[in-house]
Amino acid sequence: MSDVRKIIAVEQAVLAKNEKMAEANRAEFSAKGIFVVNVLSSPGSGKTELLANTLERLKGRVQSAVIVGDLATDNDAQRMRGHGAPVVQVTTDGLCHLEANMVKAAFDELGVAGLGLLIIENVGNLVCPSSHDLGEHARVVMLSVTEGEDKPMKYPVIFKTANLVLVSKIDIAEAIGFDRDLAMANIRAVAPQAQILEVSARTGQGMDAWLDWLIESHGLA
Amino acid sequence: MHEVGIAYQAVETAIEYAKKAGATKITLIRLRIGAAAGVVPEALEFAYEAVTRGNMAEGSRLEYEIVPVTCYCKNCGIEFQPKGFVYECPKCQEPSWDVRTGKELDLMSVEAI
Repeated sequence: MSDVRKIIAVEQAVLAKNEKMAEANRAEFSAKGIFVVNVLSSPGSGKTELLANTLERLKGRVQSAVIVGDLATDNDAQRMRGHGAPVVQVTTDGLCHLEANMVKAAFDELGVAGLGLLIIENVGNLVCPSSHDLGEHARVVMLSVTEGEDKPMKYPVIFKTANLVLVSKIDIAEAIGFDRDLAMANIRAVAPQAQILEVSARTGQGMDAWLDWLIESHGLA
Repeated sequence: MHEVGIAYQAVETAIEYAKKAGATKITLIRLRIGAAAGVVPEALEFAYEAVTRGNMAEGSRLEYEIVPVTCYCKNCGIEFQPKGFVYECPKCQEPSWDVRTGKELDLMSVEAI
């Protein structure tokens, strides 16, 4: 009787492998005293520009490194090099998000001693990365003023995972008629747990507060 | 479309368990999906067909139970099911971020012969 139907109980997370790897990553980062932040946003919200500027300002304060994920090309890694921090590009070959094992491999490739801060620039996407823990200590979700005030309402799942929401490109907010109050109200409604900071990499506005957040959050590692 | 990866992982784990149980063919895979898990069930069903093609789960059914979002309001000491994605307490209107259910994405069981 080989045709007997069996019901096999599994009861485990579908992404259990990724979750296990992420926990191992987090334990390793914490043991080494490295604060790890996962930066998420839509394509074109200014992650790379902001991070290049951030690395420049972190020079001499915290030894930092970046892992950057993209579907293809290493353009972003090239843009972030030359600011005193090693950068490893992960090309996902079409995968819409980074996974914990990719971060582990990239981290091993970095091989930097005395690292205090690791910034992961995730693939530009506000949907897929939300379900994949990478082993980070904090998540930063970025939203540029050109994307519309209702973006948090459209992508609530990812905003709900944010420790910090960065509103970027605020130097052009007025020119494009950005309704700041509405945007803030939307962020607070969807992501009441998150701190909110407004920044402009171009003019430097808000960059000090962002840097303070990065340095002060180090205690989370 | 991270649903492809999720479907792939679910099927891979299901095959692992089915083989361990001495089965040769999977007939049903049962999932539990939280309403706020960030997964679109229709996309998952679409991906499911693709990732079961040519393996022991080919032709099997995908069944899922949707778990509603439940939040806890610390002011009122109550649990509530929010409407939509603004998790506002129905009594005090304070937004809650203490989410008790709704983020699940679990492989519950596999039926196989």
